[in-house]
Amino acid sequence: MNRPQQLLQLQDRLNRRVFLGGATGTLAAAVAGLGTGASAAHALPGLPHHPPKAKRIIYLFQSGAPSQMDLFDPKPALATRRGEELPESIRQGQRLTTMTSGQSSFPVAPSIFPFAQHGRSGMWFSDLVPGIASKADQWCMIRSMHTEAINHDPAITFFQTGSQLAGRPSIGAWASYGLGSENADLPAYLVLTSFGSGRPDDQPLYDRLWGTGFLPTEHQGVRFRNSGAPVLYLSDPPGIDRQTRRATLDRIAAINGRRAEIVGDPDIAARTSQYEMAFRMQTSVPDLVRISDEPKHVLEAYGPDVERPGSYAYNCLLARRLSERGVRFVQLFHMGWDHHGGLPDAIRGQCRDTDRATAALLDDLSARGLLDETLVVWGGEFGRTIYSQGGISDSSYGRDHHPRCFTTLLAGAGIKGGLTWGATDDYCYNVTTPDEHVHVHDLNATILHLMGIDHLRLTYPYQGRDFRLTDIHGEVVKGILA
Amino acid sequence: MTRRKGDRWARVHAAWAFCTLASIVWLAPTGAAETGPPPAAVAGIDFNRDIRPLLSDRCFSCHGPDAAKRQAGLRLDEPTGASVVLGSGSQGVVPGDAGASGVLSRIESTDSDLVMPPPHVGKPVTAAEAELLRRWIAAGAPYRGHWAFERVERPEVPQTRDLQWPRTPVDRFILARLEAEGMSPNAEASREVLARRVSLDLTGLPPTPEEVEAFVADRSPEAYERYVDQKLASPHYGERMAIEWLDAARYADSHGYQTDSSRSNWPWRDWVIAAYNRNLPFDQFTIQQIAGDMLPAVPGDEVATRDRVVATGFNRNHRINGEGGIIAEEWRVETVIDRVETTGQTWLGLSVGCARCHDHKYDPLTQREFYALFSLFCNVPETGTIMGSETRSGGNSDPLLPLPSAEQSAEIARLEKVIADADEAVRAGEKDLEPIVAEWERTIRPALDLPDDVWQTLDTIELKSLGGATFRRLDDGSWLVEGPKPALDTYQIEAILPPGPLGGIRLELLADPSLSGGGGFGRNHNGNVVVNRVEVEIDPPGDAPAVAVVLGRAEADYEQAGWPATSVLGGGQGWAIDGHLPDKRQPRRLAVFPTAAVDVPENARLLIRVRQEVIEGHAFGRFRVARSAAPTELIGVSGVAVPAAVRDVLRIESGARTPQQQQLVTAYYRDKVGTPTKQAEAARDAARKALDAFRDTLPSAMVMREGPPRDAFVLTRGEYDKPGEKVEPGLPAFLPPLPPGRKADRLALAEGIVSRDHPLTARVWVNRQWERLFGTGLVKTSENLGSQAEYPSHPELLDWLAADFMEGTQLPQVSGLPARPWDMKAFFKLLLTSSVYRQSSRVEAGTLARDPANRLLARGPRVRLPGEVVRDQALAAAGLLVPAIGGPSVRPWMPEGVWDETSKYGNLRGYVADTGPGRFRRSMYTIWKRTAGPPTMLLFDAPNRETCTVKRSRTNTPLQALSLLNETTFLEAAQGLARRMVAEGGADPAGRIGRGFRLALGRGPDAAEVETLLAGIQADRSVFSADPKSAETFVAAGAAGKPVAEATAGLPAEEFAAWCLVANVILNLDEFVMRE
Repeated sequence: MNRPQQLLQLQDRLNRRVFLGGATGTLAAAVAGLGTGASAAHALPGLPHHPPKAKRIIYLFQSGAPSQMDLFDPKPALATRRGEELPESIRQGQRLTTMTSGQSSFPVAPSIFPFAQHGRSGMWFSDLVPGIASKADQWCMIRSMHTEAINHDPAITFFQTGSQLAGRPSIGAWASYGLGSENADLPAYLVLTSFGSGRPDDQPLYDRLWGTGFLPTEHQGVRFRNSGAPVLYLSDPPGIDRQTRRATLDRIAAINGRRAEIVGDPDIAARTSQYEMAFRMQTSVPDLVRISDEPKHVLEAYGPDVERPGSYAYNCLLARRLSERGVRFVQLFHMGWDHHGGLPDAIRGQCRDTDRATAALLDDLSARGLLDETLVVWGGEFGRTIYSQGGISDSSYGRDHHPRCFTTLLAGAGIKGGLTWGATDDYCYNVTTPDEHVHVHDLNATILHLMGIDHLRLTYPYQGRDFRLTDIHGEVVKGILA
Repeated sequence: MTRRKGDRWARVHAAWAFCTLASIVWLAPTGAAETGPPPAAVAGIDFNRDIRPLLSDRCFSCHGPDAAKRQAGLRLDEPTGASVVLGSGSQGVVPGDAGASGVLSRIESTDSDLVMPPPHVGKPVTAAEAELLRRWIAAGAPYRGHWAFERVERPEVPQTRDLQWPRTPVDRFILARLEAEGMSPNAEASREVLARRVSLDLTGLPPTPEEVEAFVADRSPEAYERYVDQKLASPHYGERMAIEWLDAARYADSHGYQTDSSRSNWPWRDWVIAAYNRNLPFDQFTIQQIAGDMLPAVPGDEVATRDRVVATGFNRNHRINGEGGIIAEEWRVETVIDRVETTGQTWLGLSVGCARCHDHKYDPLTQREFYALFSLFCNVPETGTIMGSETRSGGNSDPLLPLPSAEQSAEIARLEKVIADADEAVRAGEKDLEPIVAEWERTIRPALDLPDDVWQTLDTIELKSLGGATFRRLDDGSWLVEGPKPALDTYQIEAILPPGPLGGIRLELLADPSLSGGGGFGRNHNGNVVVNRVEVEIDPPGDAPAVAVVLGRAEADYEQAGWPATSVLGGGQGWAIDGHLPDKRQPRRLAVFPTAAVDVPENARLLIRVRQEVIEGHAFGRFRVARSAAPTELIGVSGVAVPAAVRDVLRIESGARTPQQQQLVTAYYRDKVGTPTKQAEAARDAARKALDAFRDTLPSAMVMREGPPRDAFVLTRGEYDKPGEKVEPGLPAFLPPLPPGRKADRLALAEGIVSRDHPLTARVWVNRQWERLFGTGLVKTSENLGSQAEYPSHPELLDWLAADFMEGTQLPQVSGLPARPWDMKAFFKLLLTSSVYRQSSRVEAGTLARDPANRLLARGPRVRLPGEVVRDQALAAAGLLVPAIGGPSVRPWMPEGVWDETSKYGNLRGYVADTGPGRFRRSMYTIWKRTAGPPTMLLFDAPNRETCTVKRSRTNTPLQALSLLNETTFLEAAQGLARRMVAEGGADPAGRIGRGFRLALGRGPDAAEVETLLAGIQADRSVFSADPKSAETFVAAGAAGKPVAEATAGLPAEEFAAWCLVANVILNLDEFVMRE
């Protein structure tokens, strides 16, 4: 046996021992990879903390903040109060954004969309979302969500990282850090984005939403691109075929191996194994996005948009394909829900984008037996105000940001279907169920819980302190768990 | 993707050391574990190394500095609080009597209700750790202050048995420890390796093959030192040093947050590069960046004075929120807190931000002290939102320091003179006002005879809508528009005109319940109306053609901003009235006037065309039309042009007026009529506008400035809208106190930070430089030297280095110049000339087992290069690098749509790469949008520059492999390197391979490497020969715009393509991305 191999074996033994005792190392994974031809990043020792209900998550983030009272939280008593002033007893002097704090009046704008009950559970939905409504008995509808931020950037950052300010790891990065990857050929955390047709210019997304903050950079979400190769630099240069690339990699490995003999650094083998994974990704990712192999009825279920890369429907189908391949955290961001004016037209567009595909995704996961082990989340960063921003008429109105209550939907692994959790007052302004209110930290604690993580115990030491996703807050919402 | 061994390692290593290597019996508390085996000679317990980290990690959060959260009155971070008799009657620590100490019995309790720390905390104390505590208490529980908060004293340099190996005091510290462990250092690295190591560490660029050759050939004893001096003198030294500093300063080219529009604060970045290059001592480097604006001017040197203000950009590089709807004060507070946190993090290695909401849990910093620091940074004249520029269109935010070039300064002077001249003309006009006013009075005397209302409604008219709308006459003489609602429309109004003079035409818009969803003006919901053109003709009786009336003036009684009445005469989009805003819905009137009086014959018809043809859905719905026969120059939209009050005075003989009355006339003339003065004023205003516009184009720096003092308060739970007690500016008590009588301000803080007595600054800085050069800091937690810090692997060395950095007494000369205190170049030279730095990085199995993390430095470190250096090195090897220093940020190749896939906000959209030199400048000049940073840099662990980052991860991922293999710039670099191999390596293939190695790796290949690549060339050549098309495609793909013949160095495409793949292999070797 030559010297580098001896070194590797020593280091391997070392790391395995270390690993069992409580650490992970490039080398442990890398060396395992060399032996089996495939490797996947491991979970932290001791994780999962308890048997997970959800092996994977598909998080359908609706960026810009959908209007809860036009979709999920009907307020029929307001129908006759159009244009009346929002009572001070309801508003209670709460702070407003400076987009409406200067308004001299706060006229109530009841939703113009009819609501009906659906499913055995009789869950309420407006007629904007017939597809989502058809899955009433699978959803848990949380009407008592609330948050702290009143502007998009801090609010969506808060949702994703547990802090309104930049610098903390995103929820997917935490999951990747804690649980590792189940697929040797794909990253553990993938991000898919789409622009909405309801308001095509908003709201922007930021790298930090899937960033790692202070966690090691490899846990950052890999965002699929909507044109060209889905993963940056995935394609070989034009004119280079697979055999040629293979030969190049072999030469790199040969010279690296030679260098390893000279300098003796076992990390060189780790680099070679990363090149191998890169090579495998070059095959696995194109396979993944080749949706032409889907049966016709499946494509049809997602709607015509599914053929268009970068659409919400296409991303939903990819999400299923990724989940099927064991990708732990798939996060979609659909933009365009920020409807300060002209809400009815805009929200119709957004629902056209998302409703059918969301329903199809649940069906598709069920049909493949994946829904029982996949958590699906649907929601935005805050709610919208019952009072109109700007002019109001019988067919149009706008709504400003509202952090004090909004609706999020959950379905799938570990979730009690057909449950409506929490309630809001007659003006959809405040949560009225003290025992059933859900703060963003609570939702995040619950998501981690379903993935087998105790949110109190998944921590990372940084700047002398143990940080966690839920900061110093968060309680698992036990009442919604199956 | 795999996880790099690292942060969890510490904990584990202890367990491993304990369980498996019985020969090293060492019970270290967690957190201090990775500092390597302790010197065998020291068998006792060191409080700071062994006990404090344990207490800090497990106990301080409930029994530490934070008085508000302290449990049971027990305080374990200092001896008095630890041994106080508690309410329960027990005593936490009884020095000398472990058995009687409550702390120990609670830690060892098996009762889950009693055991400490409580099980839910998840941080149990191990048996080994409890044993340590027992021994410590038994020995009298001696406390010492946290080592990093103690003044730096210079320790003795230890003796070593080997007297040959150590070249510098640094080496003696390292060797003494190795000897104690029975280990020995590696031999010196080869000259070639050293040449590359030094060059990459000091300039971030590889040495040229010629430099390596000369260095290898130079056998003089001073050769190495000379080489280091040469690299320290390189202008690229400042660039390399700046990379980590830009991370700490969160420097970027955009404002961050939602809109993330552009800013341009590169003058600050260039200041940093220049400061390193001119070797500004670190104390000055610090003071100027924190408080350069508060320093006295440098006598007779405006540039130097200005430069010190530019330096303060450090604390303006933070993000600024410009999202619509934000509450500015909330974000002003965040901005100020960002400054405090960044300053604390960068210079003190402390997470002061913890004290924003409560007293610090681990370090002696109270919440009150935090806001005392806050108040030092809060007087900046700023609002909390982006100021002085359009949020979406980008630009620097106030306060600014303009930085004009000489030519630009001359242009400013010219415009200032125009303003001064115009001012003079205005003043002159004022002096001669009296006769001019008298003359004007004569001309407007006829106005005195006019009735108050000069407008008469036109009744008998005919109306036509080109869009097919219909008109219904209402009782008040107005017309209501009904019927179809075309998107755009023009109303034609015809009326019989009374003969005589025509002074003006007036359109009056009225509200109606049928309009704008009830009570508005427009025919659409929105309620606003836009009239974009009004045309008037007079059609005489008989066959004579209609004559257009030339309109000279338009007036309205209300104009929406940006939609003035004058635009109905042409030149604008039209006149609008804010009718979409419910509170602006008032009757509005618009009048147009001929340039000169028009005489209307008998039986003539008036023709008015009101065009509403630009903005869809903005036609008005109810109106009246009037005309005036009064002299046009005497009337306005609301009646007689001269107001009634002025007319009343004018009726009085000028001699009989009171001074107030005369003043009224003069003021009216001056403000509303007076042509010469008004012209001068217009000229002056235009020049001012031009000057402002010009100033907007000037480069500027965002800087710190002291505005009016603002009160600061303790913010309850850190929330901007919950001010508590007012605080005065001040420094935390654990830092050196201010000199008596010295006012606490930013400058005092800066000077305190670099005082010789400050315990942290020098330790933090030298530790980070050690980390940069050796892969891990002497204190591994280089981001935090507070109570939770890991104990240093070589505490005496750290203090010796910190002391010498501050004092400069033992630092070497650089290029013959004696070292000064805080001399950064001399400090680097000290480290780089040490034997420990110069050793080979070869990993021996024995030392790997003994010291896997290389904390004892029995070998030189192999460290992965930062992303910037990886790219710069490739460009340099390829001969593509454009080495210019500084200037505005550039746009190299980035993936298509890099800014557009997730945002349609702000002005940083539609990324277009430069085609000129910007394509191949050093990576630190690449434009940096915070919410969508340069993708390749992010893949190589660059932070996104949203907040202060003082430590980067060093990961190894498949995405890095993909970028080195396929990214366009690396492809272009491979082609550039291939060209140089062919052109510079001679005709022999082995020679070409050798050239490629020397350019990229600084060494020649060995026989096996040559053989591998020669075989590769043959194989690839035959693949490409079989398919020449693919070779051509490949070669064209990275040609960087060069003609293919030039791009292929004269070789046939299939031959050249094969060479490109050789270069591709070289640029993907592990050795290429590592600094060996």
